[in-house]
Amino acid sequence: MSQGTRPVLSIRSLAVRFEGSGAPIPAVRGINLEIFENEVVGVVGESGSGKSVTALAIAGLLPRTARISGSVRLAGQEVVGAEAETLRKLRGQEVGVVFQDPATTLNPLMLIGDQITEGEVARGRLPSADAGAKAVELLREVDIADPDGRARQYPHHFSGGMRQRAVIAMAMAGRPKLIIADEPTTALDVTVQAQVLALLARRQAETGAAVLLITHDLGVVAEVADRVAVMYGGRIVETGDVRQIFGDPRHPYTAALLRSAPRIDSGGARLHAIPGQPPTPAALPKGCSFHPRCDLAAGRPRCRAEEPILRGVDAGHESACHFSEELEAPSAQAPLATPTPVARAVADPLLRVQGLKVHFPITGGLLKRVIRTVRAVDGVSLTLAPGETLGLVGESGCGKTTTGRAIMGLIRATGGAVHFDGQRIDGLDRTALRPIRRRMQYVFQDPFASLNPMLSVGEAVAEPLRIHGLYDEMGGERWIAQLFEMVGLSPSVASRAPREFSGGQKQRISIARALSLKPDLLILDEPVASLDVSIQAQIVSLLQDLQRDLGLAYLFIAHDLSVVKHMSDRVAVMYLGRIVEEASKADLYDRPQHPYTQALLSAVPAPDPAPALGGARRRIVLEGEIPNPAAPPSGCHFHPRCFRATQICRDQAPEFLAGAEGGHWLACHHPGAPGLVS
Amino acid sequence: MRAAARAGALFGRLVRRPAAALSLGYLALVGATAAGAGVLGLDPLDQDLSQMLEGPSAEHWFGADELGRDILARVVYGARTSLTTAFGAVGLAAAIGVPIGLIAGFYGGWRETILMRLVDLMLALPGILLALALIAILGRSQSAALVAVGLTGVPTFARVVRAQVLSLKKREFVLAVEAFGGAPSYSMFKAILPNAWSPILTQMVVLSSVAILLEAALSFLGVGIPPPTPSWGEMLRSGKEYLYDSPTYAVLPGLALTLTILSFDALGRTLASLLEGREPGLPQPRAAAP
Repeated sequence: MSQGTRPVLSIRSLAVRFEGSGAPIPAVRGINLEIFENEVVGVVGESGSGKSVTALAIAGLLPRTARISGSVRLAGQEVVGAEAETLRKLRGQEVGVVFQDPATTLNPLMLIGDQITEGEVARGRLPSADAGAKAVELLREVDIADPDGRARQYPHHFSGGMRQRAVIAMAMAGRPKLIIADEPTTALDVTVQAQVLALLARRQAETGAAVLLITHDLGVVAEVADRVAVMYGGRIVETGDVRQIFGDPRHPYTAALLRSAPRIDSGGARLHAIPGQPPTPAALPKGCSFHPRCDLAAGRPRCRAEEPILRGVDAGHESACHFSEELEAPSAQAPLATPTPVARAVADPLLRVQGLKVHFPITGGLLKRVIRTVRAVDGVSLTLAPGETLGLVGESGCGKTTTGRAIMGLIRATGGAVHFDGQRIDGLDRTALRPIRRRMQYVFQDPFASLNPMLSVGEAVAEPLRIHGLYDEMGGERWIAQLFEMVGLSPSVASRAPREFSGGQKQRISIARALSLKPDLLILDEPVASLDVSIQAQIVSLLQDLQRDLGLAYLFIAHDLSVVKHMSDRVAVMYLGRIVEEASKADLYDRPQHPYTQALLSAVPAPDPAPALGGARRRIVLEGEIPNPAAPPSGCHFHPRCFRATQICRDQAPEFLAGAEGGHWLACHHPGAPGLVS
Repeated sequence: MRAAARAGALFGRLVRRPAAALSLGYLALVGATAAGAGVLGLDPLDQDLSQMLEGPSAEHWFGADELGRDILARVVYGARTSLTTAFGAVGLAAAIGVPIGLIAGFYGGWRETILMRLVDLMLALPGILLALALIAILGRSQSAALVAVGLTGVPTFARVVRAQVLSLKKREFVLAVEAFGGAPSYSMFKAILPNAWSPILTQMVVLSSVAILLEAALSFLGVGIPPPTPSWGEMLRSGKEYLYDSPTYAVLPGLALTLTILSFDALGRTLASLLEGREPGLPQPRAAAP
């Protein structure tokens, strides 16, 4: 880490307010930050913490309604209040930006090659005659195969990961001294995220640029950042070296955030949820903005009255807490006594899925003939005992949501059988399914979309009861009030509209609604994917409590292996419509046999910088991305990306078989521990 | 209860737009005079042949027609005819078009093919031609005019609602209803329809202007509202003969008609921009949705 003497970026008491019809909304309230050459600084925070506004302020991209004060010096040039022309020169030359969603960052009507050199040509720093060659070179630098051909393609020819590579190439085209990466991997799958992070780190090292990495993902920060700034309520509450922040957090928010994040590298300990919601900039608490959620504050008048300033607690380590000395060093997450597994093998399965297939025909031509079939789900078998949680993990497009919906009967299965409590339910029509659906409920991913905006939340929770004509029988208003209490909400909010609630609260309402008919099985489709880390922990804990109290069985569908580890008894890993491995949680996470599982597990960034530096966890970075399910590879679907693939993998799909130790199912020709073959 | 609050809030936002406030004010005036025409002591049928085609006077502010009837009274009563026919027609169009769109969009398949091809067939004929043909079948009366105008509006509602249903039925809260075991009718009427009300409302307002215009056109052609019932179209038809001698005869109903249509149109466009976040000026009365 050779730090230059002069910072590339120097932010002094930056404040941003948004003025609208009401009172001005303070989004950023006085932050100081310096970034030096060849340094990666991570800014971590939940939604509403002001991290993205800070990024936009640095690039001079804030809308006109923003009132900016303070100073942002970029390579010696003041950004705040600068002329549009100065800013235009600054961007690209001194600062490059990588936004979250590569799908919307690229102009869909422009060739990739033209697009990534457009800025340089426009600034006159690159003769347009040389632009084509330069574009190819830039694409090659970000590891895009066949850069010559790819430069002449449009963004829709690129997969998500490749688009983000192109965006990185574009941001780096002018060799800027600072790269601002705003959630650069949030929209990507975990194996692709690993590729993009590795690329970003490599390009940073090669160019010596400074990187400001903005993210909510503690694992990503631990992986790539040198220094970290934690933001909360529009301010930096703690800043320090990455090892200081993760090893010895001196602000109660940082400490609580670390405890609330599910981790792949620790046992299934219970998550320590931070109570309450992150504050919105429009309604910040007085005094320390974290005090209503803080353990240390505990009603202390000083925390309520006085906003703490950022002060040094250690060399290069600052914390904005009145009582930071009182914070105990974090003990390693105490592995909670694992609940004694019920004798599940004996019990009759509640849900049995055999060879489930869902194929979607693609029609084309004049006669609307079927020209291809998308095999979204292609022979999935699983069983679920009463009171058990089965985690179904996979990357986007692997068919996990389709599997869940087909089991629920929301999508018609093309083949296979689904038995619920001994009764075959696939192929039943809506009327015949009614009694089954009382006992089997679905919680959707997006709490914003799954509540009818025209109903109050009380009506929404009562809706299943009304549909089944059981409202009075189940206890009417009293039962609804009980449901609200069960999910940790006051029954007095029942008359409000869904839009008055935050994402986490809406998800609680969705869960209450799913529980209203007292089901035996909940299919949870990514129930925490769209929530902030601290809220995720609340919902995961809630689901665990409900399972314990009500004896529910969960089919937990998720892409996040850390969350699945905390929730599940058994885990099934899906790839391109098939389950490739299924085992007990301990078996799967400690002794994965399938190369895909191994790669997936190793790709998850852990919120702990130590192994990343020491190299205790070896990373398997997979090549390429999930292929198109309409044209899957021959044989084993995984073989083009597999590090162990041989001829047999190309020719023949492996069968899904129980391994030597019972209960560990696998579909692989070359199973084994990751170390054996390499 | 919340629906009332919502309507109140919408009204509040509406009157803050100048165009919408002016339109609402004018329409309220027209509506009030039409409803209270009897109280005003105006009689549209009272003939006073001595006043035949006389210009404005203290007795007849806007003069009298060729039978000596008060023009102002006939315009005020004409508003009653125009508005009831138009609202009735729009109601009829919605009552037929909304269920067609709902069923076609929700079920898809053969139901959609049959219903939407029928709608296309109606759309293929110009509205006025369709209305003329219907009146030829039904005979000339106010209710025939209402039915004829109403049927021309059916395709608009069917297509707007179908487009809404197609996007709403994939939303998770509609899937959730199915997951609870809700019947298709519950999904359609309780989950989807209440969320489609804003474009339906917008279309009702915009179509009101189209209906008034069409009714006036039919009456102008002499196939709409039969005399002696006063109607703006009918007054324009008779008034055009005396444009030189008695200009107020045709001008007043023409002005009333123009302002009413303009007002409904402005109101509809503002509503669309408020409810759907679109800029005013986009909604098309016919062929609104793909």
